[in-house]
Amino acid sequence: METLIASITIFVLAIFVGFEIITKIPPTLHTPLMSGSNAISGITLVGAILSAGTQQTLITTVLGFLAVVFATINVVGGFMVTNRMLEMFKKKS
Amino acid sequence: MADFFLNVGYLLAAVLFIFGLKGLTHPRTAVRGNLLGACGMLLAVGITLTDQHIVSFQVILVGLVVGATIGAVLAIKIQMTAMPELVALFNGFGGIASALVAGAALIESTSGSQLPTTQLTVATAASGLIGAVTFWGSLVAFGKLRGLINENAILFSGQQLLNAALGAIALAISAGVVIDPANGILYWLLVLVASVLGILLVIPIGGADMPVVVALLNSYSGLAAAATGFVLTNNVLIITGSLVGASGLILTQIMCKAMNRSLTNVLFGVLAPTEGGPTADQVYTGRVKSATPEEVALLFDAARRVVIVPGYGMAVSQAQHPVANLAALLKERGIQVEYAIHPVAGRMPGHMNVLLAEADVPYEDLKDMDEINPTMDQVDVALVIGANDVVNPLARTDPSSPIAGMPIIDVDKAKTVVIIKRSLSPGFAGIPNPLFALDNALMLFGDGKKMVLDIIAALKET
Repeated sequence: METLIASITIFVLAIFVGFEIITKIPPTLHTPLMSGSNAISGITLVGAILSAGTQQTLITTVLGFLAVVFATINVVGGFMVTNRMLEMFKKKS
Repeated sequence: MADFFLNVGYLLAAVLFIFGLKGLTHPRTAVRGNLLGACGMLLAVGITLTDQHIVSFQVILVGLVVGATIGAVLAIKIQMTAMPELVALFNGFGGIASALVAGAALIESTSGSQLPTTQLTVATAASGLIGAVTFWGSLVAFGKLRGLINENAILFSGQQLLNAALGAIALAISAGVVIDPANGILYWLLVLVASVLGILLVIPIGGADMPVVVALLNSYSGLAAAATGFVLTNNVLIITGSLVGASGLILTQIMCKAMNRSLTNVLFGVLAPTEGGPTADQVYTGRVKSATPEEVALLFDAARRVVIVPGYGMAVSQAQHPVANLAALLKERGIQVEYAIHPVAGRMPGHMNVLLAEADVPYEDLKDMDEINPTMDQVDVALVIGANDVVNPLARTDPSSPIAGMPIIDVDKAKTVVIIKRSLSPGFAGIPNPLFALDNALMLFGDGKKMVLDIIAALKET
């Protein structure tokens, strides 16, 4: 129960932090912000690695493997494409 | 002790994500912000690999290599005009990964003698539900943006009733997962129902409403990660997921506001032309003047201040480079050139900005709607390229119009408006645009890219 309360506290506080950071984004950066934050949401990769690596049963290993693939596409593709976009924004200034 | 270092590492990763997102809020710091985020991810993955519960690295390694290759190829090969569908696709992948992880965690937790905690089961159900909706919703969005399926709203009778019923069934199965977690089928049944729901929720949303959907799915992918964090009691997932959830939600809000519609209206409402509005013939007949590229070039030649208003049509005809060349040419002649960007122009938040950045347009030249509108009456020529509803003055004047109250770029107040468009066909809202029939409006009929190139050619001759 205690861990649940702690987790919920963290969840709520993080949402507030998110709102605070992101409220004043210039519209120019809406797309990179979206693809960048999307890449970050691939953090679920951490859980995927554990499922794939602990190999408790065949099925969890398979699920873990698929999750690793999807999450890595999300993470690697997301960060790279964001970087590609942002470089375009940067080079003129 | 090992746990201690693991958690400190995760905390550090979360801090890096926060700084990374903060960096993304300004063009100057954005590249560094993105790199900080990537470092955070590398750190999180690195320390996870040191976890002592991992018995074999083969599967992980293969997964990482396969995923990284696909991701890198997609990121490098994709054309800037196709960015909305790529972002939609990545959102979906994040969602399904969360749902799969939660499913695996549920199986692991029920394989032992102890029953899983309620926190785990509730979070698992949430992750499965949100993750599957995100995945399939994103795939539909991808298909629509890519033109693989009908981009328009696909509607059938009883749609909302069906969605409500499916939502209720999904919640009921979720309750089942919580009550009887050992029943292995229930979770996947939930994922199945949520998948159908995800498809049905996005199918009725058409073209110009896509920015809202993409932003919302972005938020969902974050929430799915946060839910998975609750499943694994892993703080870095919870923190990161909620950051992304909040970020997507803010973008969704901004998009809705830019259309003067509520989220419910975008998701469930139907944007249909109201009865009794003027027909296209009444608005256009005898009033529309069309011009040639040469005449437009003469107009530009005499102008001191020009504003370019791009829309989705610019993306479709890939006209961003010629548009930037035209602007550069005009600037060389001492003409002040700016771009007016409507928040929902295009198919994703910030779509136009990315395209223009690709064409080397300095971001200082890109002006928000609110910034440009007060000075619109001092503009000599406003060039509308591939935009329609976002410059329709009916939004200001006709309270019964489907776009009534939507903030628009007031190009009608410029001395002359030139509209590059293939025909007089209506935009997404399906209503005629009286702008095209105004005295100070000139239509330049044709493909956006070709017309801009023709104007450039004509300008060079004068």
